Amino acid sequence: MDRSDKARLDAAFTELYRAHLRDVYSYAFYRVGNHHDAEDLTEQTFLQAYRHFERAQAESDGRPLRPWLIRIAHNLAANLYRDRSRRPQTPLDDTTMLSALHTTEDLVEGRDELARIIEGIQKLPDERRDALIMRFALGMDNREIARAMGKTDGATKVLLHRAIKQLEGIVTPA
Amino acid sequence: MDFERMLRMALTPVDPPESLQRRVETTLQELTDAAVDELEGWELSSMRDPRNWVRPVVATAVGASAGTALVVLRVRQERRKRAAQSRNPLDLAQRTLRAAAGEARKLARRD
Repeated sequence: MDRSDKARLDAAFTELYRAHLRDVYSYAFYRVGNHHDAEDLTEQTFLQAYRHFERAQAESDGRPLRPWLIRIAHNLAANLYRDRSRRPQTPLDDTTMLSALHTTEDLVEGRDELARIIEGIQKLPDERRDALIMRFALGMDNREIARAMGKTDGATKVLLHRAIKQLEGIVTPA
Repeated sequence: MDFERMLRMALTPVDPPESLQRRVETTLQELTDAAVDELEGWELSSMRDPRNWVRPVVATAVGASAGTALVVLRVRQERRKRAAQSRNPLDLAQRTLRAAAGEARKLARRD
């Protein structure tokens, strides 16, 4: 690799970092359930990505690298919990949700439901929880999620459908 | 309300703390410095130049009423503070909702 290749590679990695820091952090936060571990996971993800970036870029064939990045985070999170032999806490946050809620009453009513959803997500199997985080926190489509999770598009569609149905069953009072 | 919509609200993206951005950039910087030591002649200007590590700008897209947009923007301004104070995602969510409800009440009183 010559100087100009290296400079181009670093510039491309910088762009990737800028574009997806928030995605990786959001995934990590909802996956591990606390800021401290989410920060560690995010940092490790970008370090790992940097080490393998040249190869990933060469193999991507022009496709977006976000699924690859999230897959790194996904694998690191799995290792983290395997090492620590514990399960993550859970997910939820924030503000764009509020754009849809117009009154104080809505907000108060929504709080209970959101809390139930957060608790419900905690109870899902890891794979279903991860798929929901990728879809709803990161806005990834089926194809991106499939690439991140190493599944087919069809299997991913089924996984998401089942995850939503299971969560709905948990959250909705009988 | 539609369940998937609620799910999308529950899993709203989280901005990384600035301290994390500094930390990641510093670590990557150290990595590239080490690479320079090992591989003489590599041009790492794009990684070294702090101007290339400009913070990501998060566009705020609010497709709701002006009042709601104002609530969101105000709540957004306080987000980093809440994120730093929160113990876990549920705690963060509750803090966010409390803040939003407070802002909504203020706006309602003003109208």
